[in-house]
Amino acid sequence: MPVLQPTHHPADEHLLDYAAGAASEGLALLLATHLTLCPECRRKAAAMEQLGGTLIEELPPAAIAADARERCLALLDAPEPAAESRSAVTAVTNPVSAAPLLPRALRDRVGGDIDTLRWSPVLRGVDQALLVEGPGGARTRLMRIRAGHAVPQHTHRGTEFVCVLAGGFSDLSGHFGRGDVAVSDESVDHQPTADADGDCICLAVTEAPVRLTGRFWRLLNPFVRF
Amino acid sequence: MLVRKVASDRDRAAFARLFDALMPRVKAYVLRLGADDASAEEVAQEVMLLMWRKADSFDPARAAVTTWIFTIARNKRIDLLRRERRPAVDPDDPALLPDAPPAADQLVEQANSEERLRTAMRGLPPEQARLIAMAFFEDRSHSAIAAATNLPLGTVKSRIRLAIERLRRSIPD
Ligand SMILES: [Zn+2]
Repeated sequence: MPVLQPTHHPADEHLLDYAAGAASEGLALLLATHLTLCPECRRKAAAMEQLGGTLIEELPPAAIAADARERCLALLDAPEPAAESRSAVTAVTNPVSAAPLLPRALRDRVGGDIDTLRWSPVLRGVDQALLVEGPGGARTRLMRIRAGHAVPQHTHRGTEFVCVLAGGFSDLSGHFGRGDVAVSDESVDHQPTADADGDCICLAVTEAPVRLTGRFWRLLNPFVRF
Repeated sequence: MLVRKVASDRDRAAFARLFDALMPRVKAYVLRLGADDASAEEVAQEVMLLMWRKADSFDPARAAVTTWIFTIARNKRIDLLRRERRPAVDPDDPALLPDAPPAADQLVEQANSEERLRTAMRGLPPEQARLIAMAFFEDRSHSAIAAATNLPLGTVKSRIRLAIERLRRSIPD
């Protein structure tokens, strides 16, 4: 079976945020995930990085310390620091199969592929694994929606980004499968429903906690940090 | 090809020439992002050392030297100044959905695209060029740009899309 390319993509402004290095950590994680699965957006992002190269070239050069070059040359033979940087990868504890479900950026974050995750139940048929918590209630997490289950109807206080990793879901705006990105803002009130033939696993980045809007769920709002 | 010499021959003279050309630019980039002089010098030096260590990962068919250095500098300043991890795409990831290989003529075009991109950049309307510069040099996402400029979010989005579309038309896919 041929691997299908995604049909729902992030917008240019999101790719620019990522290429320029201005995206939040959670959004960058989601975009790196989509880019791993989307050759078309990879080409776009590469063009934006080329733009970054051009902009650096056009900057007036800054004055550097007189001995900067000497000091740098002297450091060339120094042993490489053990951890190359704070972005050094987390040790991958579980062996990764030849066709991992999670792209590298996510595997580095969770320490292995999807079977490494510890899910915690949120609601019936919906589990989550929290990855990053940011300021103002921003959260990045993996969600698992059991086959045929729906996420409670909700709107959004900030923008919500979802990238599908396995299975698929549908809402008013269409069907989303592996690699597809759904972006919802305040104006979107939706109830994503997982495909009937398998669990849907996706990466979700929310800028602020979502607000439940269904009649019943609205009562739960103060209690459920969904 | 200087980076090649650095990668295969560990050529220090070639490295010194790259250092002279790139260090002042990389430092200027980090200064523009709001770092003080000492931090900017430190980040830029780290970038130069990474250039030495990672020279063999540079693929001239994929990107120009300045593009490669930009991505190293961008990741390094997120790492050192924002103290965050930069999630990246690993081109050797078994999960990667591969692209169709570019045709030979496309590669040639890619190599010549730098100058066309520069020209297209200069031709952008100032209000579009300003937003692009804010994204790259002020560490502001498009929504943060909207907040900082008091422009409606929709205006920022459409200006960015227009600018990107215009720039993309100047370089081959
Ligand atoms: Zn895409």
